[in-house]
Amino acid sequence: MSEKNSGEKGDILLEMRDIVIDGYSDDRWHEIIKGVDITLRRGEILGLIGESGAGKSTLGLAAMGYARAGCRITSGSIIFDGMDLMKKSAAEKRALRGTRIAYVAQSAAASFNPAHQLIEQTVEATVRRGIKPEAEARADARKLYRDLQLPNPDTIGERYPHQVSGGQLQRVMTAMAMSARPDLIIFDEPTTALDVTTQVEVLASMRRIVEQFNTAAIYITHDLAVVAQMADFIKVLRYGVTIEDAETRKMLSSPEKEYTRSLWSVRSIDKKEERSDDIILKVDHIDASYTGSAKVLHDVSIEVPRGSTVAIVGESGSGKSTAARAITGLLPPSSGQILFNGKALPPTLKGRSVDQLQKIQMIYQMADTAMNPRHTVRDIIGRPLEFYLGLHGRARDDRLMELVEMIELNESFIDRYPGELSGGQKQRICIARALAADPELIICDEVTSALDQIVQKGILELLLRLQREFNLTYIFITHDIATVKAISDQIVVMFQGRVVEQGMKSEILSPPFPEYTELLLSSVPEMDPDWLTGLLKARAEGARATN
Amino acid sequence: MHPVIRTILQRLGLGLITLFVVSLILFSSIEFLPGDFGEAVLGQAALPETVAAFRKELGLDLPIHERYFDWLGGILTGDMGNSFSGRGSSGGSDRSRPVIELLAPRLANTLFLASMAAIISVPLALFLGITAALYRNSFYDRAVNALTLTTISFPEFFVAYLLILGLSSFTKIFPSLANISPDAEFWERVYLTALPALTLTLVIVAHMMRMTRAAIINLMASPYIEMADLKGASKSEIILRHALPNAWAPIVTVIAFNLAYLVVGVVVVEVVFVYPGVGQLMVDAVTTRDVPVVQGCAMIFAATYILLNLFADIISIITNPRLLHPR
Repeated sequence: MSEKNSGEKGDILLEMRDIVIDGYSDDRWHEIIKGVDITLRRGEILGLIGESGAGKSTLGLAAMGYARAGCRITSGSIIFDGMDLMKKSAAEKRALRGTRIAYVAQSAAASFNPAHQLIEQTVEATVRRGIKPEAEARADARKLYRDLQLPNPDTIGERYPHQVSGGQLQRVMTAMAMSARPDLIIFDEPTTALDVTTQVEVLASMRRIVEQFNTAAIYITHDLAVVAQMADFIKVLRYGVTIEDAETRKMLSSPEKEYTRSLWSVRSIDKKEERSDDIILKVDHIDASYTGSAKVLHDVSIEVPRGSTVAIVGESGSGKSTAARAITGLLPPSSGQILFNGKALPPTLKGRSVDQLQKIQMIYQMADTAMNPRHTVRDIIGRPLEFYLGLHGRARDDRLMELVEMIELNESFIDRYPGELSGGQKQRICIARALAADPELIICDEVTSALDQIVQKGILELLLRLQREFNLTYIFITHDIATVKAISDQIVVMFQGRVVEQGMKSEILSPPFPEYTELLLSSVPEMDPDWLTGLLKARAEGARATN
Repeated sequence: MHPVIRTILQRLGLGLITLFVVSLILFSSIEFLPGDFGEAVLGQAALPETVAAFRKELGLDLPIHERYFDWLGGILTGDMGNSFSGRGSSGGSDRSRPVIELLAPRLANTLFLASMAAIISVPLALFLGITAALYRNSFYDRAVNALTLTTISFPEFFVAYLLILGLSSFTKIFPSLANISPDAEFWERVYLTALPALTLTLVIVAHMMRMTRAAIINLMASPYIEMADLKGASKSEIILRHALPNAWAPIVTVIAFNLAYLVVGVVVVEVVFVYPGVGQLMVDAVTTRDVPVVQGCAMIFAATYILLNLFADIISIITNPRLLHPR
């Protein structure tokens, strides 16, 4: 610990009392944070957790005395290192930002200016505010890059944001926050956009560096297992109100509130796996590539038994969505074939008959963009009923009602537009649309990734119930191992366009694992504050053993 | 080869092809125009034999493709042929002048006026656009928008007459006529072309200023702008360091468009100020059916458009780090 911040560990650094923040929407102001308190001491990390819309980011930004456009801090006090930020002028607060309080944003790719080199952006605040001369700041930035275990730390700073990967950018952003040696860093969902395998490395380097410089931090996330690795204390927020405040270990071992327990509810679903030999879909040695680029799928073979759920897992770029596109006919494979109910499917969408199209339906990750915002629920679900089943008028509306009830919504939703629905409701409508075609196989592409834990649980339970009732077959594409554990019968692990492993859930999820599966599974954060420490130690020992 | 150089060479090649296509369209469309230069000059009463002899002298009797390639070959070697005027009327003795000789001084004048207008208007538009974005929705922003919109809404000749009224008739600061002579001194030229240049500035500044403002404001909602704000950058730093470098592509496109307009679209202003530019030359040539001159002017206009757009493309490419620094 070569450099330390002024002030002793344990002194109060940030004290927020009775914070009320208003947001402007629908032509009026309403409260989005309703009187929340935060106390943070030097060197401590506070985890702020809750679903989307809980007000986590807004509260985190308020710790910098900052409110986004359309928000205003209406009352309360924010005492940062003895200064009352509520009483400071805009210029005085600006002077603190980037130097004494820094921010690490969720999407590093979008938060770096595409026009400047990484190192220029890393040292920008430090140099322009005269904290360090340029040469010194740059040397320090290179050292930070090394501390954060970035590849080629001496030259990576000369690259532009589009030239490095998301995980690397996230670490460069941490270096950027650390450049001026702030007293406080706000981490706003910094690993949410990353793959699990990358997330582990980024988490480890972030944790190491805040420890090294004794920096206090507020860590915002919706993932309890992640925050458990980082935070000393956890605060659970919901609808702008504190639900529960506790020391991390205590929060995990004995959460007091029902709501807190529900935050890891997906992990409580556990489908009993079922074996079946009636193969509905057989992907037979297919290769595929997008025009003019390298192969994305190499010799992929997958067997899907009728009435069961096959989960395809892998990180982004592993080819799992491409496999789905090949099955649906959106991307014709360059070689190999796809057999459905024993018969070869024509490779292209155009070549398939209406009947073939009807039997395979798809549900997408972003329910928002998968529906026409100008169509009502009636149009959205009614269209496949007319197109595939030829239902019209009364018959169509009757079936429509049945479907809406099947997805646990009611009549009142039928004439609404997608914009008037919540994320979970939208995804339910997409499920109903797929069901309307009366399919045998449904491909679910990351259908729960954009949803909060509790909503995820509802959707997964719905899918499982529908599967039981209609003997549906699912191909479930996801990168979330908790979801896989919850609903699959079989698992296919993909890596770099190849199937690495394939088998029953119980076989895949129990040792011995092939190398990549091991890496993937061990990277999934667990609800144990010592998990990351233990994992890093185990990996370090493993590396030493192989050397 | 660096991909940017390759792209630029590609664009250059495409520009040449475009110019070739333009020449083809130009030549054939003039060919299909009704009427005939011989008849127009010699009059309705001329004997068919006289007209035929005249046409033969001008080379108009040759097949179209031969004339086209003859003309194209001439252009490539810097010879745009001879003007039709000065012939015929003097009964066969050849007193016609090469198109180049007619065009060159006029083009120099046009480029001079265009440069003057550009030197005033481009920095002015950028400055107004950036400051309007900086003080967005303020009184200043509204005033600049309203003012530039007003000037662009009036017809050019009206703006020109207003300026003449204000700066020439009443105050006698600048002359109302800009009929510069070929041997005028540089500063005299500047003085004489002040009013036409000012007129053009008022006409084109709004478009460029509004695009600059819009391009910058469009970026202000980007996460990296919020990041800059959270790093404590001041408002002017945010706009100049973080937004502007990413906003060049749309701005340069509009600037190129307006610069091209300065070269090819200023005939009204030339007429009002009696300025001897290419625009007037072309209009005169059209009325006298002086086809070689019309073709020469049109080719120059086309080349100007293509060149300026090429220039805008190149700037867009080199200000885009994704293209300049590929992975």
